Amino acid sequence: MMNTVTLRNLKNSLITVSMVCATVAVLVPLGLIFFHIMKMGASSINLDFFIHIPKPTGETGGGMANGMVGSALLIALASTIGIPVGVFGALYLVEFGGSRASNAIRFAADVLAGVPSIITGMVAYTLLVVPMKGFSALAGAVALALIMVPIVLRTTEEQLKMVPGSLREASLALGVPLWRTCLKVTLRSATKGVMTGILLSIARVAGETAPLLFTALGNQFWSHKLTEPIAAMPLQIFNFAIAPYEDWHRLAWAGALVLVTVMFALSLTARYLGRSKQQS
Amino acid sequence: MSNHTGDLTISQPPGCTENTVTNETPPAPIASTKGLNADLVFKGVTAAFAFSILVILALMALEMVKESLPTIKAFGWEFINSSDWNPVQDTFGALPYIWGSVVSSILALALATPLSVGTALFITEIAPRKFGGVVASLVELLAAIPSVIYGLWGVLVMAPWLQQTVQPFLIEHFGFLPFFQGAPYGVSMLAAVFILMIMVIPIITSITKEVLLAVPQSQREAAIALGATRWEMIRMAVLPYGRSGILGAVILGLGRAIGETMAVTMVIGNTPQISLSLLSPAYTMPSVIANEFAETTSKLHASALMEIGLILLAVTLVINVMARLLLWGMTRQAAGGAK
Amino acid sequence: MNPKVKIDKLNVHFGQTHAVKDVSIDVPENTVTAIIGPSGCGKSTMLRSLNRMHDLFPSARVTGKVLLDGGDIYDRKVDPVSIRRRVGMVFQKPNPFPAMSIYDNVVAGYKLNGRVKKSDADEIVETSLRRVALWDEVKDRLKNNSMELSGGQQQRLCIARTIAVQPEVILMDEPASALDPISTLKIEELIEELAEKYTIIIVTHNMQQAARVSDYTAFFYMGDLIEWGETKKLFTTPEKKQTEDYITGRFG
Repeated sequence: MMNTVTLRNLKNSLITVSMVCATVAVLVPLGLIFFHIMKMGASSINLDFFIHIPKPTGETGGGMANGMVGSALLIALASTIGIPVGVFGALYLVEFGGSRASNAIRFAADVLAGVPSIITGMVAYTLLVVPMKGFSALAGAVALALIMVPIVLRTTEEQLKMVPGSLREASLALGVPLWRTCLKVTLRSATKGVMTGILLSIARVAGETAPLLFTALGNQFWSHKLTEPIAAMPLQIFNFAIAPYEDWHRLAWAGALVLVTVMFALSLTARYLGRSKQQS
Repeated sequence: MSNHTGDLTISQPPGCTENTVTNETPPAPIASTKGLNADLVFKGVTAAFAFSILVILALMALEMVKESLPTIKAFGWEFINSSDWNPVQDTFGALPYIWGSVVSSILALALATPLSVGTALFITEIAPRKFGGVVASLVELLAAIPSVIYGLWGVLVMAPWLQQTVQPFLIEHFGFLPFFQGAPYGVSMLAAVFILMIMVIPIITSITKEVLLAVPQSQREAAIALGATRWEMIRMAVLPYGRSGILGAVILGLGRAIGETMAVTMVIGNTPQISLSLLSPAYTMPSVIANEFAETTSKLHASALMEIGLILLAVTLVINVMARLLLWGMTRQAAGGAK
Repeated sequence: MNPKVKIDKLNVHFGQTHAVKDVSIDVPENTVTAIIGPSGCGKSTMLRSLNRMHDLFPSARVTGKVLLDGGDIYDRKVDPVSIRRRVGMVFQKPNPFPAMSIYDNVVAGYKLNGRVKKSDADEIVETSLRRVALWDEVKDRLKNNSMELSGGQQQRLCIARTIAVQPEVILMDEPASALDPISTLKIEELIEELAEKYTIIIVTHNMQQAARVSDYTAFFYMGDLIEWGETKKLFTTPEKKQTEDYITGRFG
């Protein structure tokens, strides 16, 4: 009797140890990736990186200035398209949607969120690049917007649902029309939560590469026209990483450091907003 | 009736108000219609945005089908059964890409699942609460890293390491197995499997963690009170209660792995061949799209890539629906069990 | 006669809260001891320290002694797993394992000690279910899911699961509070029968229940043991004013 208990305790300890090992095995690659981004990125980054565009093949130096501006432009444009769709769509779900329509839309949003981003790129290609007869920043932004929409919609809906019904009713009882109540009361009291969702969706698309491959395409030079191919940081990191030049690898690491820093800043801000909301 | 602005009635003396309401019915409806109109417009606008998601999804599926029709007509089932991919001669068989996608995803999942479930169990059942929270946050950080950066690390750090240490070791000691034959290239199926494993771990871990947290404490107490050790409690009460949710998490991870593009493209070697050896380069469905779609040589070539995309879309749709249903069933069970 | 369970100056702290204060009780073998008191008086916390359930929550700190047949269960050398095998527990809400059949639920704890012969398991299931008077109700659907049973049946299943591991002491934490009156009655009858073979300690907020089923009663208030003794005596001639106030319904 005592023997089996010892045996069982031994088994328990062994399995506990193996779970600790699993956790370590999961965290080690994470640590390594951070270590390499920090080490390689920090040794590669300099002022030139932020103010110059890439040098032609074979020359050393240069930076990703055009990629950073291009990415900012793409994200701004994608947000202009994607955020209203997500936020207003969520308002519809919360305020008007019948259960069947709402469920269909929720389901579609979840499905859309699961579609591989490269497919989103292909669709943007056939819907925009082909008719417009050329790769363009606009097509890239639309592809990114398609990725943002389900994220913004679902997080916004969750936040709006948490606004107490009494608040809405108080506003409606004062004779404020429904549309004003939605915008001024419901949406405003959920501002922090909605911002969290928006920041998370931006963090998500800031690093997206696949949907830009055949929409924004990338550009070696400066470009600000929406109808022309535009440079983007993730595309530059991709191209430089697979190129056989040491100096381009250096640029790729520097780009990775910048991108990861920006994305963590975004997620931390989102977390901070989310947390401060919980406390209030 | 609650929506009219009511300015008129309020500014008038009480007697007049009564008159307006009883004798002159038209003004009141007009006032309320005005309010209703703005609300109707608002409803219309939000509805348009909401339903645009359905339209987008439908349009997506429709476009993919339409653009794939040329190859569907030209090759039929042969498309997924043939290994002959030759854009110059306009013959297209997608088998190597399907093979690459299936093998890399399944192997990655086979490695990731025990690690993820182990980590999730560590977070929820073993670690002190605060420490578990820290580990969970770190794992979520892992999920936030963009795919292209995994690829960068994979091709510049991991692949050379595999080439110099892991693969020679495998060849020397396990070279008699068909899985470890050939030269050590670094970029290979093995590299893709590893990078995919690292990428799906955060997804499976964080969903499994949520699932485990949904297991009622009373279930754990029941097992402990019967004299179970912690592991026996996990095996007896925690895992069976969460099994459909965990399965959902794993399937969601599979969906992510199959659709993953950049990181795999950067480390798999992009060679369309069907080889049992994990050391040889391979190719996946998203990778061939990423590499060839911007520079197609013919209408049929574009269509072939579209059909690969269509297969990918169909597979990920099925996977996502399955995972959602399983996770949904889990939350329903948790809600029912709490009664 | 030595008590089966001797609680000696037991204290339980949850962080800053002193939930159980310096409690000492003797529990004789094959008797039913009821623990009564207003909610939040520490009676459940006390009960859970008798089979070291608090080990699950690192925030709980237990000091003092709990002697089972003279041996301290909090002794450093004692394995909590073997203690919980000797001291079983039935909870407030029925908590059968939903993924298991009725049969598997009964043998769940029994199977932990290694491989079990099919015939042995069958026997254990039948005797355990008979003892809780559930056998006739479920004998034709032993392989069905345990969740299709009613609440009262589920609770009796949980008791069967507990006695299947043949414990010496059974702790019951308000076992009938989530049940309807008829199921409650069945559980109470069951407790009396079980006392022939086991030592039972039951927490209840229902004084009539305590009066009906127990031989001894302990009255708790704000973490303090106010009074304990024979049930008949405590309910008819309580020594302390607080006890009298409580059993006559003047507070709590």
